[in-house]
Amino acid sequence: MGTKNKICLLIYALTIFSLPAILRNNYHLMVLNVAALNILVVIGLSLLLGYAGQISLGHAAFFGLGAYLSAIFTTTYSLPLWPTILMAMVITAMIAYLIGIPTLKLEGHYLVMATLGFNVIIYIILIQFEAVTGGPSGFAGIPRLQVGGWTFDSDFKVYFLVWAISIGALLLSLNLIHSRVGRAMAALSHNEIAARCAGIDTEGYKVKIFVLSAILASLAGSLYAHYITFISPGTFSFFYSIQVVTMVLVGGVGSLWGAVLGAILLTILPEVLHAVKEYNVLIYGFILMVVLVFFPRGLFSGIMEVFAQKKTAAPGDSPEPRFSEKRT
Amino acid sequence: MPGTACQGDKTILVAQEIFLRFGGLEALHNLSFSIAPRQITSIIGPNGAGKTTLLNAITGVYPLDSGKIFYRGIPISQMKPFQITALGINRTFQQAQLFANMSVLENVMVGMHAKTKAGFLGGLLHPPGERREEMNIREKGESLLSFLGLWPKGAWRPGHLSIGEQKRLEIARALASEPDLLLLDEPVAGLNIRETEAMGELIIRLKEKSQTIILVEHNMHLVMGISDWLIVLHHGAKIGEGRPEEIQKDKRVIEAYLGT
Repeated sequence: MGTKNKICLLIYALTIFSLPAILRNNYHLMVLNVAALNILVVIGLSLLLGYAGQISLGHAAFFGLGAYLSAIFTTTYSLPLWPTILMAMVITAMIAYLIGIPTLKLEGHYLVMATLGFNVIIYIILIQFEAVTGGPSGFAGIPRLQVGGWTFDSDFKVYFLVWAISIGALLLSLNLIHSRVGRAMAALSHNEIAARCAGIDTEGYKVKIFVLSAILASLAGSLYAHYITFISPGTFSFFYSIQVVTMVLVGGVGSLWGAVLGAILLTILPEVLHAVKEYNVLIYGFILMVVLVFFPRGLFSGIMEVFAQKKTAAPGDSPEPRFSEKRT
Repeated sequence: MPGTACQGDKTILVAQEIFLRFGGLEALHNLSFSIAPRQITSIIGPNGAGKTTLLNAITGVYPLDSGKIFYRGIPISQMKPFQITALGINRTFQQAQLFANMSVLENVMVGMHAKTKAGFLGGLLHPPGERREEMNIREKGESLLSFLGLWPKGAWRPGHLSIGEQKRLEIARALASEPDLLLLDEPVAGLNIRETEAMGELIIRLKEKSQTIILVEHNMHLVMGISDWLIVLHHGAKIGEGRPEEIQKDKRVIEAYLGT
């Protein structure tokens, strides 16, 4: 990770952790807490989409698996919280591996179809296995997050935990893309045959990135379940999968900072649009359309380009910078 | 060995009766040959003779329909490209296939993938071992760029390099994996006379560093000037092989290629 990224991360963390000093409203903090959890899912998806060139429409299912596995084992079977969250991540990883192995070996968008189908199956299971999952009525009484003897029983307390985890995941992911693995992923996203000939096991990498993204979604799901303390299948439907993919696209494919921006914006935007009541969906759709038309490479990339043009604007300048920028 | 003409006592690569078809088209037909180490072996033939297909078959990009290829006695015809690269074979492409989303230096660094170890955990946590390896990769990348005269442009995007520089960068990326066998696919295509001469000198310098090279090239002046051995393909089949001076006198070759 370059110095620029380190400085950005530091400013980002300082801003995030100083926000509760201004925002004392629990509702605002709750929206931001959900944004932090969405960031976890979207970072994983950004790695998958931007670096493995694969779209998953099943991340709501991994999010749901994390939530339900953690909820069921801690509530029904009284297992300890953090080992259960870890176990949910391991189980989700194994399922993602089993889906990824056959589908990612194939050319084309087989993963989209497989994950879409998987999402529907998980959704049906959550509704039908009523005795275990609570069915359409949902699953209540999930224990709150705890560290040592400290219970995270308010939005304010949870804020620091989920944002610390979210920023930690961003730090690790930024590390990853600036490593040997990150170079391999960047190579395979650009030219798979050249990447293979450069000695990169492209199929293996695709599966590993898919599994990593599923693990992050599972972690987010578990944290969500123990934060809200009530979950129902509706949260983990196919629509959430589309929502998180949209967050990546709006923020910018291939940029982790873009993913963060997309997740924060699209988590907050629907809440802001509640003010316009029945027009909110219309305006939400219009904003998405405007962003994707004017910033087809995503908002983050668009903002960076505007800054770069202001810095170096001169007649005859190449639209593409001669010097390579660090991956973000 | 049936069907192979040996050009020396030892061989680094042996192809035995290989066939490769694309639907009804037989791209490689009963092809057998061997490659001697530390020499430049050129593969020539008219357009569509199967030269690039052969490089793709050796590097595992195209699986064979039948026949076998051995590298240092190891059968590689069923292997995947990354496994073949790890064994010590690397290549360039007819049109440089560089990673435009990386810097020139990173393009070389990614070429060291097969020779380095850091995995996902190392990438996520950057422990001291990973940082040391990363530093070595960078230093080696910089030294390769220096060797190929590209060092001052390490931070550039590959798209801003000239065609000649792009071809050299691709060679640098291939050399980064420390291959014993380097396959060059038309390294002077699109280059001017001065750049072609420089590329010829570079290939000779590589041979002097004990590099075994398979060269696919249309520029006969270059091929005849630097090759130790020639293999001539026509319609996917071998129609001759030998030293450059022998090939120039071979009637079948003249008919199929040089005479046209």
